[in-house]
Amino acid sequence: MSDATLPDTATPRPVPFRGGGFRPVAKRGVGLAVFVVLLLVIEWGTRAGWIGNLTLPRPSDVGAALVELYQSGMLWTHLGPSLARLAVGSLLGISAGIGVGVLIGLFSYIRAGLVPLVAALFPIPKIALLPLFVIWFGIDEGSKYALIALGTFTPTVVSTYGAVDNVDRALVRMGQSFGLGWWSIVRKIILPGALPGILSGLRVSLAIGIILLVAAEMLGAEHGIGAYVLQAGSLYDLERLFAGVVILSALGVVTSWVIGLVEKRLLRWRG
Amino acid sequence: MDLTLANITHHYSGLPVLQDISLHIPAGQILCIVGPSGCGKSTLLRLIGGLERPDEGDVLQLGAPPPDCLNPLTYVFQDFALLPWRTVRGNISLVLEDHGLKGAEAERIISDVLARTNLSDFGKALPRQLSGGMKQRVAIARALAVNPAAMLLDEPLSALDAQTRELLMEDLLALWARQPFTGIYVTHNLSEAVRLGHSIAVLSRRPGRIREVITIDTPPPDRRAGDARLDEVQAHLWSLMRDEAKAADQELLNV
Repeated sequence: MSDATLPDTATPRPVPFRGGGFRPVAKRGVGLAVFVVLLLVIEWGTRAGWIGNLTLPRPSDVGAALVELYQSGMLWTHLGPSLARLAVGSLLGISAGIGVGVLIGLFSYIRAGLVPLVAALFPIPKIALLPLFVIWFGIDEGSKYALIALGTFTPTVVSTYGAVDNVDRALVRMGQSFGLGWWSIVRKIILPGALPGILSGLRVSLAIGIILLVAAEMLGAEHGIGAYVLQAGSLYDLERLFAGVVILSALGVVTSWVIGLVEKRLLRWRG
Repeated sequence: MDLTLANITHHYSGLPVLQDISLHIPAGQILCIVGPSGCGKSTLLRLIGGLERPDEGDVLQLGAPPPDCLNPLTYVFQDFALLPWRTVRGNISLVLEDHGLKGAEAERIISDVLARTNLSDFGKALPRQLSGGMKQRVAIARALAVNPAAMLLDEPLSALDAQTRELLMEDLLALWARQPFTGIYVTHNLSEAVRLGHSIAVLSRRPGRIREVITIDTPPPDRRAGDARLDEVQAHLWSLMRDEAKAADQELLNV
């Protein structure tokens, strides 16, 4: 055995660092940078010619189309009806969904009766039912409201009863042990406890609502973002098509941001 | 108000967890229930407070609870069971609201129990801002607010660290010394039982039966560390429980 293989015991060495990582850290501006770089690459590609003008429109042209849409006043002509449809439809669907979801969470008979029904409704592509809705509710706003309402209803029901199920039963037992009435327990323990789950379910429901809004407007609507996109698509007007898509994306970001605000306000206790 | 348990037997899906338990808890005294894990201590406490129904036997109240008592049998839970979305005051007000106590009267009770548990400065804090010991103080304050005839304490100190446990034990003793309450205190910690109990019931492992009920004559606030009688009781408790605890530890869980 030679001394050379033995570690040097005389000089102190720092312990090598092995920890760290595996934890997401907030990095400001990176998301925006990715977005900007992507747009610049596309802009460069379309100008240099290695992206054909039938493949993608020039981002600057899409921007110009957006500006033109705004300046001609048509933006509100399209956006107004769309927002109204989304608001009415999802308000109907979400309030019914939360109501039914809470009932499923609270009553075993309702759960046994309705959960299979909801499971059967959930995977139906609601767009396929649009012709039916047109007959039931008319070609006007009624069928569009119904489509968005049904589309937001099922995911809201599922997330709501899941949230009610997840309320800590120890808190319910505490309420009972202090002699709280049934209604008090529901109002003061179950509903606030289920709120985080209900709100995160709303993000999904509203995104589905936006998808269905466009689908509804593609069938028989004069004005609306969906109609605008469909029109542009059938003329192969890529700039206006993408301008419509950008508006829809922005709509998604805004709804998500609004829910974030509501969460921040109502769930301050989570810290 | 005295409490009497008469021949209580209870099963969980066919498996007996408690067998023929009879106990008497006189008013103003604390009964500690000790036993190895899984012996049904906590189940017994749920039966006493009416959160579960025993398969056989009865839990009986003797005499009327005091007239200003809002909730005769009141729990303090191991996991505190505080509503995270309510402040300390809100958590206490929760148990008063359903008894029609609101406004100034409720505020008076809340301030009183917060003062008794040294929490006066923390009324507006949310549970997440509090340490475990403070949370359990809030739970104790909440229990005191309904002026219980009997307090049912389910391992109230088990989720806390050793120093906090010691502090809260002193608080409990001081509360009892100030206004003796009837208490049923479930624990697996023998020294807590010896510090606090007027009598100590030892349960066997599943199915839980009463092995022995030991009484200690010294009133709890007068007990001092190193008291020969207390050490003797604790050693005796351990000799009763040692083999049971060992067997319980080696049991396979098939629930």
